[in-house]
Amino acid sequence: METYKLSVNGQPREVRVDPGTPLLWVLREELKMTGSKYGCGIGACGACTVHLGGVATRSCVVPVSLIGSRKIVTIEAMADDPVGRVVQNAWVTHDVVQCGYCQSGQIMSAVALLKSISRPTDTNIEESMGGNLCRCATYVRIRQAIKAASHQLK
Amino acid sequence: MTTTIETGHKPQLGRRSFLRVSATAAGGLLVALYLDPHRAARGAVQSKPPTYPPDAFVQIKPDGKIHIIVNRLEFGQGVQTSLPMILADEMDADWSQVVGELAPAADVYKDPLFGIQMVGGSGSIAHSFQQYRELGARTRAMLVSAAADKWKVKPDQCRTDASVVHGPGGKSASYAELAEAAAKQPIPGTVQLKSPSQFRLIGKPTRRLDSSPKCDGSLRFGLDLDLPGMKTAVVAHPPVFGARVQRLDDTDARRIEGVRETFELPLVHGSGVAVVADKFWIAKHARDRLKIEWDVSGVEHADSADLFAKYKELARGSGKVAVSRGDEHAIDAIADADRMVVEYEFPYLAHAPMEPLNTTVRFDGDRAEVWAGSQFQTVDQAAIAEVLGLKPEQVLFHTEMAGGGFGRRAVPDSHVQREAALIAKRFRGTPIKLVWPREDDVQGGYYRPMHVHRVEIAIGQDGMPKAWRHVIVGQSLTAGTPFAAMTIRNGVDETAVEGTADTHYNIPNFHVSAHHPTVNVPVLWWRSVGHTHNAFVMETLIDELATRAKADPIAYRRKLLNADAGKVHRVLDLMEQKSAPWRTKLAKGHALGIACHESFDTAVACAVDVSIENKRPKIHRVTVAVDPGIAVNPLTIESQCQAGVSFGVTQIMAKGAITLKEGRVEQRNFDGYTPPYIVDAPVAVDVHIVPSSENPSGCGEPPVPVISPAVANALSRLTGKRYRSLPLTEV
Repeated sequence: METYKLSVNGQPREVRVDPGTPLLWVLREELKMTGSKYGCGIGACGACTVHLGGVATRSCVVPVSLIGSRKIVTIEAMADDPVGRVVQNAWVTHDVVQCGYCQSGQIMSAVALLKSISRPTDTNIEESMGGNLCRCATYVRIRQAIKAASHQLK
Repeated sequence: MTTTIETGHKPQLGRRSFLRVSATAAGGLLVALYLDPHRAARGAVQSKPPTYPPDAFVQIKPDGKIHIIVNRLEFGQGVQTSLPMILADEMDADWSQVVGELAPAADVYKDPLFGIQMVGGSGSIAHSFQQYRELGARTRAMLVSAAADKWKVKPDQCRTDASVVHGPGGKSASYAELAEAAAKQPIPGTVQLKSPSQFRLIGKPTRRLDSSPKCDGSLRFGLDLDLPGMKTAVVAHPPVFGARVQRLDDTDARRIEGVRETFELPLVHGSGVAVVADKFWIAKHARDRLKIEWDVSGVEHADSADLFAKYKELARGSGKVAVSRGDEHAIDAIADADRMVVEYEFPYLAHAPMEPLNTTVRFDGDRAEVWAGSQFQTVDQAAIAEVLGLKPEQVLFHTEMAGGGFGRRAVPDSHVQREAALIAKRFRGTPIKLVWPREDDVQGGYYRPMHVHRVEIAIGQDGMPKAWRHVIVGQSLTAGTPFAAMTIRNGVDETAVEGTADTHYNIPNFHVSAHHPTVNVPVLWWRSVGHTHNAFVMETLIDELATRAKADPIAYRRKLLNADAGKVHRVLDLMEQKSAPWRTKLAKGHALGIACHESFDTAVACAVDVSIENKRPKIHRVTVAVDPGIAVNPLTIESQCQAGVSFGVTQIMAKGAITLKEGRVEQRNFDGYTPPYIVDAPVAVDVHIVPSSENPSGCGEPPVPVISPAVANALSRLTGKRYRSLPLTEV
């Protein structure tokens, strides 16, 4: 067990865990932030996506020992993020969710996309969202919501 | 329209216990409409069995919030919104104040038709439409009676609107003010339901009630549950179904800090080793460090290649007869040139819902409490009770929101819940959350069965089929379960032949039979059940016949359909009309694919625009027409159709198969078994609903079967090849 000092959603947090513990489980089980989801544990579904140092990252495959000083931002902070808020609103307006389990990760990937490309094309969307699995397959509405959010962001 | 009271079951959650449960959840004073069973019995003199008690379904809070209890699991399909819409409409409730709440397990929440509490067969709206309308109308009538008593007027002098009763002389009272008095009113035996022209919510596109908490991470799924003192369990399951632990070395696992116990666990199929730890990550980490020698002797080592060979051999002879019209042997006299003989192969498919399977159980000796996203509350509750030596009513069973399911949470043997209960039994008083990591889910069985279809078709001079002999080989879903009596007739499991045996195509000399071999691989209904493979076979073959006849694929289908297949005709017509703007002017390198199919009383037709990109089908556009009877929530229906056809792409993915080699599953996770991602799904799907006044039917499953044959039909136009073996590893 080691002690790690982390910056999560702008707050300093300290956890004592095994160095190999993936960030996802630090968030979910140590910090009780369950908005980031476990879907596969191998970085293949994107349900666990967070922003690590500003980059959309699969938190289930990043051991806590490799985080260093990079800032961690999760779905729980999106309502306070100017892009995050617009994306969340677009998701609700377009009635995107079904079971909803993957949508934290979808929204985190969509926010990262819109922060780097303000007017994404379908190809941009397919590339940036390409690793986020939605088993309900709500992809048509995800595309619509991203485009709507993009127009709102100006 | 006056209603009659439909089949019901005596409520087991009494008023007291229900109020207690609700008060705990609400954390404050609760005014609920309740039922005095004796008074209700008197009030409903002619009616038996008894009515559903409104108190179990509607709670009017002092602040005006109206909680409507949903007798189903919500796992994406939208019933947590659409069932409250139905009740709120008849009740004239203010929709902005409505909260949808998932019901715990109780007799009163059983499906009115199936007789158990469940989600399946796309039956939620179909079976509860009348029930929820009557509940809403009864609640409204009681509120009106309370207001009429208060004002000393007749109920018919009052009207209702948006949670307010209006009386003569400008009098008005809110539902919240009237709730307590309304609760003392007799429950009306018969109630007047609205005519469709009076609907305010039914038929109106309505956004989901659960969107916001699903978009900000605050919604707690079963897996997110965190109870004081809770421990997490992960089980090492056998590598071959039914194998048993022979020798266990848990030294390394036990050394990991946070591991509480490891022990051998009897399973529904064989045995395994449970690891109980403080946290999931520790439990899984420790589980992966167990050294287990397995006794794999005495259990069949299923092997996909061997099974396909065996199935194909079986398919050469007729099985148990599902349907036989005309002459089974008419086809034998037909010349080869006018005959087709084809074979289709379908692999096992995992459901792989996004939220891994889990269940939390706390055993307290004389009672237990359970939290599970279950499609089968009645069955799972009984299984847990059996394991713990309790009666079902001693198991308080909370229905948790679930991250998908597609059938995987409706398991006749409740194997996940049994594991959880067995472990919890050793840790009395401690909540145990059992989690199946993704690998266990992908490798753990309960798959859509693999199938072989062999079809012989004789084609007449007019290009239409004149004889059809069809043999289907695959495991029965229900043999050996309590559901066998419902689905197996004359040795044929209807879930294996549905969509073929009951086809709406008018084919003379039509013979369908089935073989159901027993294989050591647990199988389970997978969204839209038998229709996934049957629609693929039927709709690709009909398309092939149309091509051979040089006919338009829509016109050919219309000509072959029975005149009384009203819903299918209507969706074909609507799809033809709505796809016309793009269907006739496709881009170069693109092709059109058509399919239509009826399942669960809902007909769906689709037209797809497909090209080939990176050696895979690219689905640019889909036009869907659907006839689900009355469209309760057109927005949900649109979403279910858009996402349902996208889900249906699963079976044509390059890695859309579970395969076994010498008893072991060859895929472990989403890298080996790969459902559709955004790039694989249709880019755009426009959905068109046939206007209807027929009773509503479901939309959760019917969109799924049409997409894969439609895409395969488009690919055939592009490549000239026929696709009869899934998954589509090569285009």
